[in-house]
Amino acid sequence: MNKVPNNRAWWLVLPVFILVAFSALIPLMTVVNYSVQDIFGPGNAYYVGTEWFREVLADERLRESLLRQFLFSGAVLAIQIPLGIGVALMMPKSGIKASLCLILLAIPLLIPWNVVGTIWQIFGRGDIGLFGWGLNALGLDYNYTGDTVDAWLTVLLMDVWHWTPLVALLCYSGLRAIPEAFYQAAEIDRASKWAVFRYIQLPRLKSVLVIAVLLRFMDSFMIYTEPFVLTGGGPGSSTTFLSQTLTTMAIGQFDIGRAAAFSLIYFLIVLLVSWVFFTAITHLDKEK
Amino acid sequence: MIEWMNWTPTVAIFFAVIACILLTMTVYEVVSPCTERKGFLPISTTRGDRLFIGLLSAAYIHLAFLAVSDITLWVALAVSVAWLLVLLRWG
Repeated sequence: MNKVPNNRAWWLVLPVFILVAFSALIPLMTVVNYSVQDIFGPGNAYYVGTEWFREVLADERLRESLLRQFLFSGAVLAIQIPLGIGVALMMPKSGIKASLCLILLAIPLLIPWNVVGTIWQIFGRGDIGLFGWGLNALGLDYNYTGDTVDAWLTVLLMDVWHWTPLVALLCYSGLRAIPEAFYQAAEIDRASKWAVFRYIQLPRLKSVLVIAVLLRFMDSFMIYTEPFVLTGGGPGSSTTFLSQTLTTMAIGQFDIGRAAAFSLIYFLIVLLVSWVFFTAITHLDKEK
Repeated sequence: MIEWMNWTPTVAIFFAVIACILLTMTVYEVVSPCTERKGFLPISTTRGDRLFIGLLSAAYIHLAFLAVSDITLWVALAVSVAWLLVLLRWG
């Protein structure tokens, strides 16, 4: 039988394409357009070429917040991914206990960002917050509004509390999808627990881990609300991450051209890192 | 059209070129579909992958020129185009 390929079904993608054009492409093009102009108001814009890019790239404050951002995202991934896998491995496989665990895990994910920030802001206070009060009662000098290290640890802890469940849920679903036969074969071979994890579970978790790493990287790289509510970027500017710097620039100072140039660089960094992660993980096996 | 939202000619040309490249590559793909292969890059890539890598590195080449030198960006553009062609042919 001769099959004639018919590609007319592609036209059905058109509505999505139009939607994406309006929600993503045109705004992105607008940002590119703003980044080469100095805009004082409607009808009062001057073409400045690459001046904003030069300024942004030389800006010490932005470099510092970029470095801080990489440190934060690195720490988030280094903690949340192993922790999430660990939690998923320890969860019960089925029954009422499994459902209970899933509900408990999902609770932090349901809380809006600004509420998470507020919760931790109160939780960490030395006078009325359980966490801060407890640490102080133990004799530790903990104060997230005054001490840089404390502020960092609190922001990190908050993010771990908020988002590790997502990694754990993804890994849990990945683990449940492994056929029982694999474990039976491992048992026959008398494989150790570590060997089962290393050669059965981890390779089978690869695709969900790609998603988990990408989601957590992109989300943590664009974090705004939680540190903004918790520390306001302080003390000093020690927890001011990229998006907060950007917001101050775009809305606080109304420096649209500069902010646009900065957003584009921001976008390129996210694009590059995500692409590297994605390629590294998806090509790891293929090349062997 | 170009008056709308203060579009500047530079940006219009930029996106027109990108659109042309994408269109050309689509037509090329339909006329002679490519197969995934391995060149000097450490991963095997399709033509589209190489184009993406080329465009992304072109953006970084331009940023690097802006960050470390005062040389005109036409040089960066020339370097990028050369790199893109090398990448598409041997990458």
